[in-house]
Amino acid sequence: MRVPLSWLREYVDLPAGETGRDVAARLVRAGLEVETVEQLGTDIKGPLVVGEVLSIEELPGFKKPIRHCFVNVGNANGTGEPQEIVCGATNFRVGDKVVVILPGGVLPGPFPISARQTYGRTSAGMICSARELGMGDDHNGIIVLPPEFEAGTDAIELLQLVDEVLDIAVTPDRGYCLSMRGVAREAAAAYGLPLADPALLDVPPANSYGYLVKVADPVGCDRFVARTVTGVNPAAQSPIWLQRRLQKSGIRPISLAVDITNYVMLEVGQPLHAYDRERVDGPIQVRRAADGETLTTLDGVKRKLSAEDLLICDNSGPIGLAGVMGGATTEILEPVYDPETGVVTGSTEIIIEAAHFEPVAIARSAKRHKLPSEASKRFERGVDPEATRAAAQRAVDLLVLIAGGTAEAGVTDIAAPRPVRTITIDAGLPDRVAGAEYGRETVTRRLQEVGCGVVGADVLEVTPPSWRPDLTDPYDLVEEVVRLEGYDNVPARMPITPPGRGLSEAQRFHRRVGVALAGAGYVEINAYPFVGEAAFDGLGLDADDARRRTVKLVNPLNDAEPALRTTLLPGLLGALRRNVGRGNTDLALFETGTVFLPKAEPKVAPRLPVDRRPTEEQLAELDAALPDQPRRVAVALTGERLPSGWWGKGAPSGWADAIEAARTVAAAAGVELTVRQAQYAPWHPGRCAELLVGDEVVGHAGELHPRVIKALHLPERTSAMEIDLDLVFEDGRRVSGPPVSAYPVATQDVALIVDAGVHAADVEAALREGAGELLESLRLFDVFTGEQAGEGKKSLAYTLRFRAADRTLTADEASAARESAVAVAAERTGAVLRGA
Amino acid sequence: MSAPNKSYDPVEVEALKPEVVEQARDGAIAAFAAAADLDELKQAKVAHTGDRSPLSLANREIGALPPQAKAAAGKLIGQARGAVNQALAKRQAELEAERDARVLVEEAVDVTLPYGRVPRGARHPLTTLAERIEDTFVAMGYQVASGPEVEAEWLNFDALNLHADHPARSMQDTFFVEAPDGTADSGIVLRTQTSPVQIRAMLAGEPPLYAVSPGRVYRTDELDATHTPVFRQVEAIAVDEGLTFGHLKGTIEVLVEKLIGGGLELRWRPSYFPFTEPSAEIDLQCFVCRGASVGNPDRPCRTCSSEGWIELGGCGVVNPRVLVAAGIDPNRYSGFAFGLGLERILMNRHNVADMRDMVEGDVRFTLPFGMEI
Ligand SMILES: [Zn+2]
Repeated sequence: MRVPLSWLREYVDLPAGETGRDVAARLVRAGLEVETVEQLGTDIKGPLVVGEVLSIEELPGFKKPIRHCFVNVGNANGTGEPQEIVCGATNFRVGDKVVVILPGGVLPGPFPISARQTYGRTSAGMICSARELGMGDDHNGIIVLPPEFEAGTDAIELLQLVDEVLDIAVTPDRGYCLSMRGVAREAAAAYGLPLADPALLDVPPANSYGYLVKVADPVGCDRFVARTVTGVNPAAQSPIWLQRRLQKSGIRPISLAVDITNYVMLEVGQPLHAYDRERVDGPIQVRRAADGETLTTLDGVKRKLSAEDLLICDNSGPIGLAGVMGGATTEILEPVYDPETGVVTGSTEIIIEAAHFEPVAIARSAKRHKLPSEASKRFERGVDPEATRAAAQRAVDLLVLIAGGTAEAGVTDIAAPRPVRTITIDAGLPDRVAGAEYGRETVTRRLQEVGCGVVGADVLEVTPPSWRPDLTDPYDLVEEVVRLEGYDNVPARMPITPPGRGLSEAQRFHRRVGVALAGAGYVEINAYPFVGEAAFDGLGLDADDARRRTVKLVNPLNDAEPALRTTLLPGLLGALRRNVGRGNTDLALFETGTVFLPKAEPKVAPRLPVDRRPTEEQLAELDAALPDQPRRVAVALTGERLPSGWWGKGAPSGWADAIEAARTVAAAAGVELTVRQAQYAPWHPGRCAELLVGDEVVGHAGELHPRVIKALHLPERTSAMEIDLDLVFEDGRRVSGPPVSAYPVATQDVALIVDAGVHAADVEAALREGAGELLESLRLFDVFTGEQAGEGKKSLAYTLRFRAADRTLTADEASAARESAVAVAAERTGAVLRGA
Repeated sequence: MSAPNKSYDPVEVEALKPEVVEQARDGAIAAFAAAADLDELKQAKVAHTGDRSPLSLANREIGALPPQAKAAAGKLIGQARGAVNQALAKRQAELEAERDARVLVEEAVDVTLPYGRVPRGARHPLTTLAERIEDTFVAMGYQVASGPEVEAEWLNFDALNLHADHPARSMQDTFFVEAPDGTADSGIVLRTQTSPVQIRAMLAGEPPLYAVSPGRVYRTDELDATHTPVFRQVEAIAVDEGLTFGHLKGTIEVLVEKLIGGGLELRWRPSYFPFTEPSAEIDLQCFVCRGASVGNPDRPCRTCSSEGWIELGGCGVVNPRVLVAAGIDPNRYSGFAFGLGLERILMNRHNVADMRDMVEGDVRFTLPFGMEI
């Protein structure tokens, strides 16, 4: 809602020095979201005056029409002589009154005006268009003023160019503030000043000889006021003040009748519709549409109607989509000027409709037909049904005043009975909710300022005003009191909370994972979870891979990515590729987040009641309908993991780093991770590890499949890991302190030859088992294949450290343990001591 | 060595003559002083203090002296050896110091050499910002709550007093999950706010409840410099006996002081949210220009767009209807709730100009934030 300050002052006698910013600050604190305060006309400098065109000479020989004019500007130019001006516009005639800026003036731009030579003539000034004056961008031609203004009159004031406009974003509960009346009421309350209510008009009572209206759906339409005006002069134009107020409010002036309905809507908030009575066939009827009916609306679009649409009809069928947009067949005709006869033809008989429609019906129709209009915006949020009569009266008055029409005596007013709404509120409730001390008198006074009727003492019976359908329960009233008293004035205090329990074990774990990975050199990213088939194709997933079963969106941002991720890899690899593309070549990235796994049989989540707590069964049904959303962490690496430098060679990242990242996560969880050779997309079939905690597979790691790397345009040897944090996490884990022996260590090395296909993990497990409890630690320090190991073999060299808790081990004891270790390794894996 | 002999006279023993002992002593001291390095000193040490050195040999003779002569001889030799050892130790120390100084000079390195051998990682600033806010609330006694991102409509809208035709429901541009029949009537959405977590927390147990819930939320906005379809909120809820709007103000003041700093004015603007009443928008005085940029085109402020205020988020007293839907007696309990947008706080607190930087995962953006912000 755009509110010109000059217009607002008509209803509230604001202090003279109060600026738009001052008023905005007050309104903001009362809860109106004033987004901007526009300063109009500050970039225009006069002399800007009314001019009378005395002569026009067309200058031939130029690419566009050029006119050399003499214009009478009165004494504004200091001489009283006609002003010589060259002009490119052609929509004016000799004798017309125009707006002239004289040398020394400045137009918005800034565009200073001076006398100059152009097209071989002198041009001392400029004849202005509306756009050049910043009045709106809809008029291409120059402004032609009504003839009554005298040449030389100051046009800055005449055109009301200087003003301030408050642009207010109205929240859904404050529909009444989509009007000057509503904003003025808030301003009056904020300043403690009286309100001159524009809806307080003398209205003749309803009678039986108004235009015939039949309301078949009194629920959809509980009020319908119709008035008629006859003998309207179609040549009459909207006066400057009316046009300017519309322009400043962001509405384009069109024709007098339409301008008046728009003006009254802005003024009192009641959307009006004007019909050409000569084009309406018989009585007006209000009813729901029949399926299959159609209506061509004012915008020329033929619309298919549904049974829920509320219609305005006549004998011919639908003539308007109630509360949303009128129909083409009965609209007021654009005035047509016949240059031969000088006669203007157009609508002369007018019906004014001021009705009240049910908000939900209007909202749905506007949504269904994608037709959010100024009218529907107001009806959706609720307009004042009691303002219908005043709004119609105001429109009639303006038509009579400006267009020379005659108001007919008939007044149609069809009103469905409205129950009186009262709210019972404990007078102390606002104090208790706010934590402030207002007292009963203040509460009563503030509610009355809002427009409520208030009776009672400790318990108040409050009747909200007709323009506040949002006030339905005691807390609505509390909010009115507290906001008008000022949120800033509520004293701040701290609640006394019960003893806190800190973070949960799982939350601490999630933090540890992030810290551990960042500590290990990984950089965290947050990718969008949207994916499409292409992502899965890129990963080389089989057609029946479970990860292709997704949760899908009805309205994705991008039709190629309509689903939610079932793996973190697409987003993570996308971020990796983007980084590489930007020249960041050595990368270690990680992401933690949820994936979305549809239930085996997806169900619809029930819509439960809201007037009581749902049962446990209902809540369980709700949760059962949601997809599984486990939390995962994934890493991706490329380039050098350890850079080369003056200290020596670095190391490229690879499959081992990816697996190590999983060990980092497992260490953060304090669980033991088992690594097993596996084949799983999108990993390299020979370089893929399955990660287990106990017997459960919790994730995979390794180097990506070369085909995947190619398909996704990733650097060669890109590696990745993905692991399920929920599966890795073990609640209630507690580490037992190990005994630490102070006896000396006995170290023994052993080199084993095994078949190349034997897994180091199996050899190590065998060594550990064979070495028994004297083994303190075991470390693989060398692996090699080749001639020395033998064809199809590999050599694994270990350091075994033995230590006893209670004595110094003898060399024999250590050797015996080593031999036992080798023996088990030999038995399990076919290992042979090197050199043996 | 001679056997003990009562008539034995030390003066008669050549090696124990004072002038001989003095000569041996002086010879040793001179030899030590002459040693040019630790090797020469070692040789001199063997020669003058070893088993075969004159003083050691003289010392052995004492054993054979008569008791009355032993003391004087012992004293003579002892003093000489003491002087010798002292000289040795002194020279030893001198030569070691010389050697150390030389070696340390030789071992000097250029400590300004760069060393990026162990790469550093970083956590995303939105993560650490969320944790910082969590910690502030945890310190106040709150618990951290979470819930699913794909959420039931009932929890995301209905239970929060947003019924199907509520105008506010169209304010939020919601991603709808496809139902089994292919329509939008799955009753499931991508949560548009973290508020459903509050409902879950209320459903989980009796008050008192003090919970903070950070998380990702979704709206159908295209990504640009100031919008992203996936963003993060932190919401807090408190439900207890006697909680008021004043308690909400106090809590937010503490958070702002901890998060942004003290001495900044807060503006409480009445607003509208279906799940709270009274509702407010919280504006923070711009901590860059402190309002000096307002109406002052010569001093524009990028942080607040010369508005003087920065929008922090929305808040209010929990609407009793919401309590009812969560099974809490509104006559006994009251509550307050508020929500903040993390991206906007990050942009303001850390001068991030473009929303896309937080989304794209460019390591050059994230690395400087390190482990904490
Ligand atoms: Zn600022």
